[in-house]
This record gives sequence, C-alpha cells and structure tokens, in this order.
Amino acid sequence: MSIPDAPTRGPARPGPYVIAGILLATAIVVPLFVPAYSIDEPRLAGMPFFYWYQMMWIPVTAGLVGCSYWLITKEDRRRREAVRGTTGAEDER
Amino acid sequence: MSGLTVPLAVPDRPINGVALTIVIILFVLVAALGFFAARWRREEATGLHSLDEWGLGGRGFGTWVTWFLLGGDLYTAYTFVAVPAAMWATGAVSGFFAVPYTIVLYPIVFLLMSRLWSVSHRHGFVTPADFVGGRYGSKALTVAVAVTGIVATMPYIALQLVGIKAVLTVLGLGSAENVLLTDLPLIIAFVVLAAYTYTSGLRAPALIAVVKDLLIYLAVIVAVIYLPIKFGGWGTIFDSAEAKLGAVNPATGKPAGVFIPGAGSYSAYWTLALGSALALFMYPHSITGVLATKSRNTIRKNAAVLPLYSLMLGFLALLGYAAIYAGTKPIDLNGAINPQLVVPQLFLDHFPDWFAGIALAAIAIGALVPAAIMSIAAANLFTRNIYRDLIRPDAKPRQEAKVSKIASLVVKFGALIFVIAMDQSAAINMQLLGGIWILQTFPAIVAGLYTRWFHRWALFCGWAAGIIYGTIAAYNVVNPVTKANFGGSIAAIPGTDVQVYIAVVAFVINLIVAAGLSLVLRAFKVPDGKDITRSSDYGADENDPKVAEIQREYPLGEPGGPAF
Repeated sequence: MSIPDAPTRGPARPGPYVIAGILLATAIVVPLFVPAYSIDEPRLAGMPFFYWYQMMWIPVTAGLVGCSYWLITKEDRRRREAVRGTTGAEDER
Repeated sequence: MSGLTVPLAVPDRPINGVALTIVIILFVLVAALGFFAARWRREEATGLHSLDEWGLGGRGFGTWVTWFLLGGDLYTAYTFVAVPAAMWATGAVSGFFAVPYTIVLYPIVFLLMSRLWSVSHRHGFVTPADFVGGRYGSKALTVAVAVTGIVATMPYIALQLVGIKAVLTVLGLGSAENVLLTDLPLIIAFVVLAAYTYTSGLRAPALIAVVKDLLIYLAVIVAVIYLPIKFGGWGTIFDSAEAKLGAVNPATGKPAGVFIPGAGSYSAYWTLALGSALALFMYPHSITGVLATKSRNTIRKNAAVLPLYSLMLGFLALLGYAAIYAGTKPIDLNGAINPQLVVPQLFLDHFPDWFAGIALAAIAIGALVPAAIMSIAAANLFTRNIYRDLIRPDAKPRQEAKVSKIASLVVKFGALIFVIAMDQSAAINMQLLGGIWILQTFPAIVAGLYTRWFHRWALFCGWAAGIIYGTIAAYNVVNPVTKANFGGSIAAIPGTDVQVYIAVVAFVINLIVAAGLSLVLRAFKVPDGKDITRSSDYGADENDPKVAEIQREYPLGEPGGPAF
C-alpha cells in the first residue's frame, strides 16, 4: 500500500470483546436450541410454553445486545482516544 | 392468480366503502409525503445528483430514522401477510420459525455490520459488491455478488405486490372477469410508488416508514388485545389451532401442520431460523439501510432496539391461529382458498370498518416501503457493479444517479409484470430460491470483513457450487398436494434423512469448496487481486477522514482508481 495506514483506533483490550462475544453467542445459540422448548406445558395465559418461551427471548436478546453495545462502545471510545492522544491532528476533522 | 383461468360463476366480493375510503386517504397522504421527502435534509448545493444522496439518503440517518427505515425494510408485507398465512395453513415449522429467526438476527448484525459500515464509509462503497470488488479485486466475484443480489431482490419486490394485492382483493377491488380491472388499483399504486422513489430516492421510504410503523403498531396492538378478548382468550385460540393442525390431510395421509415441533423437525426449525437470519443482511436492501446510517455505532444501537419489531411479528404470527379459531375464510376471486388473504380478511371480519381500513392501509403501505428500498438497492447494484464496473468506468456521480433512477423504474415494472403475468405461487417459489441464492454471497462479503485468507477464485467457485446445489435441491422438492417442483425449502442433507433448510446445506458446501480451493490456489501461488482496503478502514468512524481525503493529504498512491 502506498498510502500510509494511520490507525483509527489504538490496540484492543480483549476483556470487553470476550464478554460481549459470550453475551451475543448466548443470544444466538439458546433460541436455536429447539429440544429445550418444544413442549406444550406449562402454559402462560393459555399460551403453550413453546410459543411464550420464544417470545420471551426477544426482550432477553435485546438486553444482551444492549449490554454488548455498552461494553463495546466504551472500549471503542477508549481505543480512539488512545490514538488521538498520539497523533492529535486526526480529531480536528 | 391470473384472471384467465377463473370460473366466471364466482361472484365478486362486495366493496367495503368505509374501509376503502380510509385506505385511499392514507395512501394519498403517504404519496404526498414521498414527494415531500425530496426536500428533507437536502444539501442545497448538490441536490440528489449522486448515489450517496439519492441511493443512500446522504448517509446521514441517525438512530431513530434508521430504526424506522430498517424496521420498514425488514418487516415487509410479506412478513405480515405470509407468516400468519403459513401459521394458519401449516403451523409452527413453516411460520413461527420467524420468531427465533428475527431474534438471532440482531446479535449477528451487531457482530458484522459495523465493520462493513466503516470500510464502506471510508471508500464510498454503496453496495456489498463494491466492497467485494475493493477487497478482492476480482471482477468475476463482484459481478457474481451483484447479479445474485439483483436476481434475489426481484421476486422479493414481486412478493410485496402480492401483499398489496391481498389487501385490495379483500377490500373488494378487483374482479374475476376482467384481468385489467383486477390489476388496475395495483398498477396505480405502483406508478405512484415509482414516481416518488424516482424523485426522492431513499429519503422517501425513510419518511414513509415512520407513518407505516405507527399504523402497523396501532393495528397489531389493538388486534392482539381485542381479538383474544372477543374470542375468549388465547387458550381457546391455541386449542382450536392444535385441533386443526393435528387433523389428518386426506391428500397426504399426514397431519395438516405442526403445532409444536416433534424431534423430527428440530433440525428444520433451527436451520430455517439461522439460515434466514444469515441471509437477511446479505440482501442488498438491508445493506442499503445499513450504509445509509450516520455513524458506525448507529447500526449497533439499532441491533439492541430493533427486536421490538420481532415482538410484533410474533403476535402477528399468532393472529394466524386466531383466524383458525375465528373460522376466517380466505376465498380468493377465483373461488380457491388463498392463505395470503387470512390476515386482511380477519381484520375486515372482526374490526369496525374504519379500523379495518387503518389496519389494511398499514399492510399495504408496509409493502410500499420495502418495495421502494429494494428497487433502490437493486438499481444501485446495477449502476455501480454492472454499469460503472463493466460499461462506463469513468461515470460521473451525476450519471450514476441518473442511471440508478432509471434502473429503479425498470426493476419495479419488471416486478409488476411478474406479478400480473405470472402465477402468484411462481413469485413465492422464486423468493424461496432467492433466499437460498443470496446466502451464497455470505462467504465473500462476511469473510472479507475479517480476513483476506480466502482466495478470490475459491470464493467464486464456492459461490457457484452453493448456487448449483441449492437450485437443484429446491427443484427436487415436490409439493405433496399439487405435485409441482420447487414445493418447499426443506430437504434432507444428502446421504442422510435429516431434514434441514436447503440454503444452509448449500452454504456449508460453499464454505467447504471456498476453503479447500483457497488452500490449493495458495499452494500453487495463483495471484491474488489487489486489495484497496487497509486494516484501519475496518474501525473507522464518521469523524475519521475518508480515503479521498487521505489521498489528498498523501498523494502517493494512484488516486482512487479501481482495483482491477
């Protein structure tokens, strides 16, 4: 590459990414594990378990993604500030 | 649903005047909004004369607009009409999988899409094929991704028309005897749609999506509270659904549907959900919605708030069961049963006329928004990756915007002709194939976001293998009742009897071919294409300089030339 590659972010700390990855993986794997919820009882307000359990995972997923968002954006901000501290000119734009 | 094959003795439906009037008023309001959108947040100096402005709304949509735009984009009339229809006809495996599908979708989007946003923002990419071209420097791969996107989007647009048509049929517009009269309201609706998309670009569906969503939420919330109370609670609704779906169909000797999946359909259920989730954000219109956002984190924030729509989708799906209890009769103009009419018919039967009008308008407008975005996305693909990459490499932004506007008209009228001239079930089968095809662009797009390990020709061969297997496997699925090919999207994994979503098997084949050939091609040192992206591009945010600006500052490289 002939263009200099000025980094936009500083080096990553693995912690937040690992935790966010676990949260997101949970939100993907659990709703897809059909044997755990393919049953009728217990019903909730007449709704079989199979149906209300899956609907329940909608707000749970939203919460898990929300937590990941908080973790990742915080780390992202830190990484950006780390770069701005050294190059300075970048953040004027 | 061609009028030609119709037995003429079937009486036309009565026209519901009140509901129809409300639908027309709301439609006119929305059309006015669509034309007004051209003036919304416009840069006075440049107007809408570039793809960034016309095709991506100026790349400036914040969290709220994006929420409505993506919601309007992903939850289409097809979702609102077809998912409950599938629940009504065959139950959980063909309908309710949409709930886990739209649940696992958002963690996946969270993981992938911010990187695509960053690199596209830096390099001015408008389409997924732009990114593939920039990353791999392979014209064959770029065109493969672009053509797959266009071909898979066309039947998707056609299905939006099927949704509008269902609403119009239920309202009593249309006649079994006159083909032209049947389709005239649909044609009018579409001409208006085409006109405001042409003038306003992506701003039109973004504004209209707000109105559409408010109407849909209103209709669904009322339906979900009012109908179960009227029918005596969810318990009775589920019991009648269980009884209907458990009844044996004499044509096949099997139960009519699945109320709660048994062990035999676990794999079908979760592969349908996962495969659809992986495929959805490979559709060009979803990526258009992503690239139109203002900053890197807008899309991540939306991944946390968009599941609200899934809740609505879940309840809408259950309305299919409510229709079973209510004994809704979705009789089409030709006297045959058409499940697509279930939800509009349910609304019309059980709501006061004026509210049925609002609900039906919500469904019809809910079809216009995605149809507009899809036609823009397909037009952008054509402009960038066929017109500019293959025909006119020196095209100016103004020319690109012009070509894209015209291409969006062509795409829409193509879909219109498709729906009018062909059987509706053809549109649905094509859509099914489209889902299988679009997933085959996943390795090229998504792997490229993280690694350059895959070889461009290996990705191309993987894509071809996935498309070929998927098409053949889908062709071999025969509908047990009608004996037609392309009868469904579930087939056994070759060599086993585990039933899964065909797209997922094709995807695995695609990956195996791509990985295996990459090893071979690397061993033989077959040359790679030129990669114009750099690792810092994948983390860039809105305040970071674009590549054009870096070039100006360090004029060492070739100025922005294509990487072929």
